[in-house]
Formats: sequence, structure tokens, C-alpha cells
Amino acid sequence: MDILFNLFVRSIFIDNMIFAYFLGMCSFLAVSKTVKTSVGLGIAVIFVLIITAPLNWFVDTYLLKAGALTWLDKSFADVDLSYLSFIIFIAVIAAMVQLVEMIVEKVSPPLYNALGIFLPLIAVNCAILGVALFVQEREYTSIAEVTVYSFGSGVGWFLAIVSFAAIREKIKYSNVPAPLRGLGIAFILTGLMAIAFMSFMGIKI
Amino acid sequence: MNTLKLLKAPFNMENPITVQVLGICSALAVTVQMKPAMVMALSVTVVTAFSNLIISLLRNTIPSRIRIIVQLVVIAALVIIVDQILKAYVYDVSQKLSVFVGLIITNCILMGRLEAFAMAQKPWPSLIDGIGNGIGYGLILVLVSFFRELLGSGSIFGHKVIPQLFYNAGYMDNGLMILPPMALITIGTIIWIQRSKNRDLIEK
Amino acid sequence: MFSNRYIFIYSVVMVVIVAIALTVVAVLLKPKQEYNQRVEKMQNILVSVHVESTTKNAEELFKKYITESLVVNAKGDVIDGINAFDVEMHIENKKKSEDRNLPIFICSAENGQKYYIVPVRGKGLWGPIWGYISFKEDLNTIAGTQFGHKSETPGLGAEINTPGFQNQFIDKTIMNDNGEFVSVMVVKGGAPDSDKHGVDAISGGTITSKALEAMVRDCVKEYTVYFSKIRK
Repeated sequence: MDILFNLFVRSIFIDNMIFAYFLGMCSFLAVSKTVKTSVGLGIAVIFVLIITAPLNWFVDTYLLKAGALTWLDKSFADVDLSYLSFIIFIAVIAAMVQLVEMIVEKVSPPLYNALGIFLPLIAVNCAILGVALFVQEREYTSIAEVTVYSFGSGVGWFLAIVSFAAIREKIKYSNVPAPLRGLGIAFILTGLMAIAFMSFMGIKI
Repeated sequence: MNTLKLLKAPFNMENPITVQVLGICSALAVTVQMKPAMVMALSVTVVTAFSNLIISLLRNTIPSRIRIIVQLVVIAALVIIVDQILKAYVYDVSQKLSVFVGLIITNCILMGRLEAFAMAQKPWPSLIDGIGNGIGYGLILVLVSFFRELLGSGSIFGHKVIPQLFYNAGYMDNGLMILPPMALITIGTIIWIQRSKNRDLIEK
Repeated sequence: MFSNRYIFIYSVVMVVIVAIALTVVAVLLKPKQEYNQRVEKMQNILVSVHVESTTKNAEELFKKYITESLVVNAKGDVIDGINAFDVEMHIENKKKSEDRNLPIFICSAENGQKYYIVPVRGKGLWGPIWGYISFKEDLNTIAGTQFGHKSETPGLGAEINTPGFQNQFIDKTIMNDNGEFVSVMVVKGGAPDSDKHGVDAISGGTITSKALEAMVRDCVKEYTVYFSKIRK
């Protein structure tokens, strides 16, 4: 339990997808103009992450990794399909996003209205593929770890984009030097927020 | 002339990072040192060039309903090939780049250029556009990594360039430059300088 | 514009072409990639006995210094027919203690000393950590270590693969005066110089340090039976 809680807190604050790895920056900068839309996108990212990351972990563990196919037959012990992992991961993500979109549309139209426009954007959000690849690289061994990590990363991303949008709403009223307006100040703000998030680094649980 | 123009536009006035806001995602994390940044820039250029070329060659045969998937498959296949080559020939750098090579797939530059350019243009201009955008992107990466490595570790390409004399006199490497936030602030500064020079780019 | 049939055939053809292309590339480059991994492993083993090598001369130096290698089990018996270099610790660690193959590399240094090198591998904070530990001929005193990690936090846990941390282990012992196995502890806040079984933890990298301590203890413990056999 300790380990899981630790992992959760670290993935939100210390190894934040945006502030430590710059993943999902494109949609982060494009959609963070108002708090309302960023909440929508943030929730959609959490949602897609907790579905795709464990799924990709299963695919990796039972299909792609060196020796992963031994559950089929002992003779497959030497098969290593890990070179296919990028293409399979992105295919799983794209397919799942499509599926989630269809299901949400059928099951809950209000939710679809809130998230619908963001879902297609998410298939090419680096944070989603990034989490899948980090899970593979860090060799997480249990499904619990993977789920907690992906949920934590999603929450971290949500937190980042919502607080960033809040600051951006305020900065509209500030007198920013002309060449910095828009994109320039957005980068510098993100940098400053990242420094603020670094103060969490000393946390030990 | 036309080709040259196409090639050079993304270097400055249409730079993918500072003007088009594409592809910031995957690569900033590799700008701590110049060598991985160079390799990353090169890899991205190869992938943009070839994916542009391939999609442009196929543009009339691709059914529009599955075009995003087709583009993703082409990009992912190219990225895998690049990754395998890196692992085989520059093993130490590929270790440093870790997951970020894979993340080229979701680099918005690729999809952005395919949608905006390659789907509608002939192969040759598409190839040039791909190379141009790859280099324009790489320029920023290398520039950022240059400052981060110089100020953060006092070296360039791993060679110490700041003389020992300075250190003896009390100069210290700025550890903050190595940490992630400074990549963002460095880019912000680059945008500032670029837009002060080219007033047309200023946002209203 | 395009019929469903066309779309279907198009996707099938595309998938087949891509699959073939990727497989060809992967198969062609595999030997080269595996060679790189072997060279890296050789370099790491050499670091634990303080031999600097480059990717070019690693193989040559490895042949020169690592004169012998063997595989033992937890009961201390030597197992024949397995090449120690090919044993992968991440596979062995999943097996039960008594089924594990434990590789040992023996280094003959220029000063006539013999060093016994054992691999260790465990779980760090973020991902796997691993390393090699070399022992002097008394099989008690550590001669050198090399640690590596996949994704520990830069500046904190990642410090385990710096010489500053690794060299602390030199001349520490894994047995106490009564001949019992105590391993080497990582002490938060710093170990006193007189401590023969303790090194300083990395400040800010406590979890990684503790994980490293557990890795060293668990992996070296497996070798104790064999070590005590040889000592006799």
C-alpha cells in the first residue's frame, strides 16, 4: 500500500507529465485558454489514461515482451516482438479512444457533450503514449501499480492544465511586453509553474 | 528558388516550434545535452521528410475515412525503424533518449505537416517541406540544448569549454539549467527575441 | 468515393507491407543491438574492478582480465553447461531461490590479485536498478562496485551510478566478526568512517538508497553458501 500511495503522489507532483517531461504540451497550450474547457480536456485525459495504460501493459506483458508468449506454448520463449510496441500502443490508444467515444455517446449524452470534442484530440496527446511507454520502460510488475501510476499521471496533467488556464485568464489583463504576448509568456509561465512544482521534490512519505 | 524558399521558411518565419506551436511535446526533455538533442533533431527530420514523402505519394489512394490511421501507421513504422537503427549504431545516445524516440509518433509536427501539406502537394515539395520543418524544429532543440549544456554543465558536446580559471575565480555551473523548467523558459526567451526582430509575428 | 471493399483491402495491404518492413529491419539489426548490449555489460563488469574501457576495447580488455566465469546455485554447487555471461539476472530473480543460476566472474588483475565479481539486480524507486560487486580474495571485502539504473530521479536517486557513491563501498565488508552475513547498510545522514558495513545514503534519494541496500543484501546473500565453501 505504501508503495502505491507513494507512486500516486510522486506521479502527480514530482514526475508531473507536463512540468517534468513536457508531455501533452501541444494540447496544453492550445486548449488552456479558459478554465472550463481545460477541466473538460483534463477529465478526458484521466479517463483515457486509466483505460489505455493498463490495457497497453497487458498487451506488452502477454504479447510483445521477450518471452511474453510462453503462456501460449513453451516453444515461444525466444520470441521478442517488442520492436512492434510503438505501433501497437498507438493503435490500441487510437482504437480505445474511438471506442470510448462511441460508448460515451450511447450511454451518457451529457457526458458526451462535455467530453466529446476533446476525445479525438487525445489520441495524439503525447501524455497518453508517454505513460504507456514509461510503464514499459520502468518495468512495472503489477496491474495495481500501472493503474495507480496512470491515474496519478492523469490527475497531475489535469491539475497542471486547470491551474495554468486559471493563470492565463488573469494574464489577459496584464501588460505583457508585445513580443512575449501569447505563446512567449505561456512558455515562461509554464516554466515558472514547473519551478514551483519542484518544491514538492523533497516530499518523502 | 522556389524549393529553397520552401526549405527555408520553417527556419524562421514559419518555425514549427516558435510560430506554428507544433511538436513541443516529445523533445524538450532531451535538451539537457547537445548530443542527444542533435540525434533527436536528426531523427525527427528523417521521420518528417519520409512520412511527408510517403503520404504525398499515396495521397490520391488514401480513403479519407481512414486517413488518420494510415498516417499514424506510416509515422509509427518510420519511428520504429529509426529507433532500431539508433539502438544498433548509437547505443549510448539511444539509452539517454529512452522513451522520447517513441514519442516522436505523437509529435504534432508530423500529423500537422501531413494534414496541412503532404495530403495536397506533390512528392518533391512535400519532401522538401518535411526536411525544412525537421531542421527548423532541430534548430530550436539544438539552440536550447546549447544554452542548457553550456550554462548548466559548462560543456559543449560533453567537452569542457569553460576554462578552469573561471571556476577558480568563483564561477559555478548553474544547476537550475539542467532541470526541466529552464527548457521552457529558454524557449520563451527565444520566442521573445525572435518576435522582437520580426514584428509581424507578434500576437494581438 | 472509395468503396468499403477498397478500404478493407487497402488496410490489409498496408498492414502486411508495414509488418514485413519492420520485421526485416528488426531481424537485420538485432545482432548489432545485442552486440551493443554485450559490450555494455562487459564495460560495467570491468568498472567494478576499476578497469576503464571504451566501447572499442571493452571486448579485448574483458578477455584479458576476466579469466574465468562460472555459474553456481544457492546450495553452493557449480552448475556446468551454462555460460555465466548469458545469464540474465532479471529472469533469474523471478525464479525461486533454489532454482536460480548465479553467475560469478573471476578477474585476474595485473597485481596478481584475484577478484570475484557478482551481479546484483533489484527494484529501485521508479524502475529496475542493477550492478556488479567485486570481492577481494577473502570473499568478504568489497573491492569495487558498479551500479546502474533505468529511470531514477536525476540528481537524487540517479546518483547511485556516480563514482562518488560507488567508491564508498570499497573496503567495506559483508561479514561481521562472528562470520555472519550482514551485507552493507546504507545509512541515512551518513555512516561513521569506522563502520565496516555502512555507507552514506544519497541525500534526497532515500528510497533509491534503501532499494539499493535491499538489492545488495538479497542478491549477495544467495552467494554466501558458495563463498563459505571456497573460503574453506
